[in-house]
Amino acid sequence: MTPDLSVRIGPLTLKNPVIAASGCFGYGVEYAGMVDLSLLGGVAVKGLFLAPREGHPPERIVETPAGMLNAIGLQGIGVHRFISEKLPELRERRATVIVNICGSTLEEYVELARILSDAEGVAALELNISCPNIKEGGITFGCSLTGTYDVVSAVKKVTSLPVIPKLTPNVTDVASFARAAAEAGADAVSLVNTFLAMAIDVETRRPKLSNIVGGLSGPAIRPIAVRMVYQCRRSVKIPIVGMGGIASARDALEFMIAGADAVQVGTASFVDPFIWTKLIDGIGDYLRRHDVARVRDLTGTIDTAAREKEWISS
Amino acid sequence: MGSVLKPGPEGILTPMPVDVEARVIRNTRLSSDYNVLALAAPDIAAAAAPGQFVMVKPGRGCTPLLRRPFSVFEVLRTNGRADGLTLLSKRVGVTTEMLFEAVEGDVVSCLGPLGRPYTAVDPPVEAWMVAGGVGLAPFAALAELLRARGTSVTLFYGARTSGELFYLDWFRDRGVRLALATEDGSLGDRGRVTLPLERALQRAAAREVMVYACGPEPMLEAVARMAASYRRRSEVSVERVMGCGLGGCYSCVVPVRDGPNGHHYVRSCLGGPVFAGDDIAWDAH
Repeated sequence: MTPDLSVRIGPLTLKNPVIAASGCFGYGVEYAGMVDLSLLGGVAVKGLFLAPREGHPPERIVETPAGMLNAIGLQGIGVHRFISEKLPELRERRATVIVNICGSTLEEYVELARILSDAEGVAALELNISCPNIKEGGITFGCSLTGTYDVVSAVKKVTSLPVIPKLTPNVTDVASFARAAAEAGADAVSLVNTFLAMAIDVETRRPKLSNIVGGLSGPAIRPIAVRMVYQCRRSVKIPIVGMGGIASARDALEFMIAGADAVQVGTASFVDPFIWTKLIDGIGDYLRRHDVARVRDLTGTIDTAAREKEWISS
Repeated sequence: MGSVLKPGPEGILTPMPVDVEARVIRNTRLSSDYNVLALAAPDIAAAAAPGQFVMVKPGRGCTPLLRRPFSVFEVLRTNGRADGLTLLSKRVGVTTEMLFEAVEGDVVSCLGPLGRPYTAVDPPVEAWMVAGGVGLAPFAALAELLRARGTSVTLFYGARTSGELFYLDWFRDRGVRLALATEDGSLGDRGRVTLPLERALQRAAAREVMVYACGPEPMLEAVARMAASYRRRSEVSVERVMGCGLGGCYSCVVPVRDGPNGHHYVRSCLGGPVFAGDDIAWDAH
């Protein structure tokens, strides 16, 4: 039996649930010589504003226990250069391209969505309303229920592409943000972005990142991310793209059983740039071993039995 | 004075790097902090050019989580065929601690070769390599390449003390002239490596020289400025905290000149680690 690995993210069908996470895979083309991009379920490219951005000065990352902090500051080439310089090659490589967009204002999100809707080879838009490392825009929307609702509904009005707001974990009740996104018409939600965190060099008493604070990713955050995906699954019907410290097929399966329809992988691909086929094959092996015909049948199949009522209602 | 390397373009990597579970052939401790680790990685060794780097991770766990970049120190050959490489390492953190403690037969994950190498010069141009401490790391391989081309090579090499100047006979045996400096004056000039470098530049008259540098960033800046003031080309290898080494994470950026006053950030894993000394915006931060 060859299990069916395809998953649906709203109107979009992915050939498998494994997506390269935005901010961790450049524009995808950097990896085209090493990785067959067409084998991935999707490639979420680095977050784009309308204009190019320089990002923060170094140091931009620091390793922490089982994880890393980053404060890159969304260095990027802007949407126009992306369309002219990167998108043609992504098309040629038959990548399923998810474009992550960032705005300082609601109007910027709308404008980016308009521009990308006219570009050939964009499969979906991921709305970055959750970057913890920039002062303006983004997370201002992602930390407000009305802000989340407003940006999703405004973008939905101008595009027929699937719209996937990427949620921040830096809120008290992430499920309420998933609900706001769903009510605004989001085709799916992705979560989690990184956890706001910091690290200090005690010898110099200086912060280890130039931005002082940064976003924590990697295996350290996985159990929290799994919990948040689980809570969102209980709260919304729309597809969920889960992420946070996935480094193996087992980790990906954990997210799917918690309620994710697809997953994204970031930090682990820094360590192993050839991880993609290992993840996809590993998920296939699991499905065969458990006699599951379709990976989508796995989503949300966590067996919580009697425990869940006291837990989720508390 | 023209740049030897253009900043960027940050393109796709060619040839494709490979990920090798490299066996430790031997671990030579040079001092209580420095070691040279020999790894069986023939594919990387055969493809690596001097100045390129490998992303290294000992062990499979989360400590360390990320790989760390290391210059290819030597390319090892058996009957002329590249079959291994060495890394020069100084014990400063979790990865280098594990590399220091590694024993024959251990396995180290090794991804490479990566990045832009040094531009090798031919006679009559002379090669002056300037190393500070563990910044010696790219220069064994570069010296071998240059000597094979018949290029005259001088190594300006500085460290805190004479006990931290390594491989001196190795370089002498290959016809490399040495100009040494130690901060405590125990060998060579007392002070920084830029002392013998500047003296040599003053005496170099009209000889054509290419200056290669690797070491702490203040040293790189001093060497690049000094080379420029004597109207000599320089190439410097920067060491930045790297997440992936492949252009994915944007953590390892270096400010590269953009017009007379501006700069933009270039990923040193793709646009470097070797940059023309004139191209880096040393004042940017």
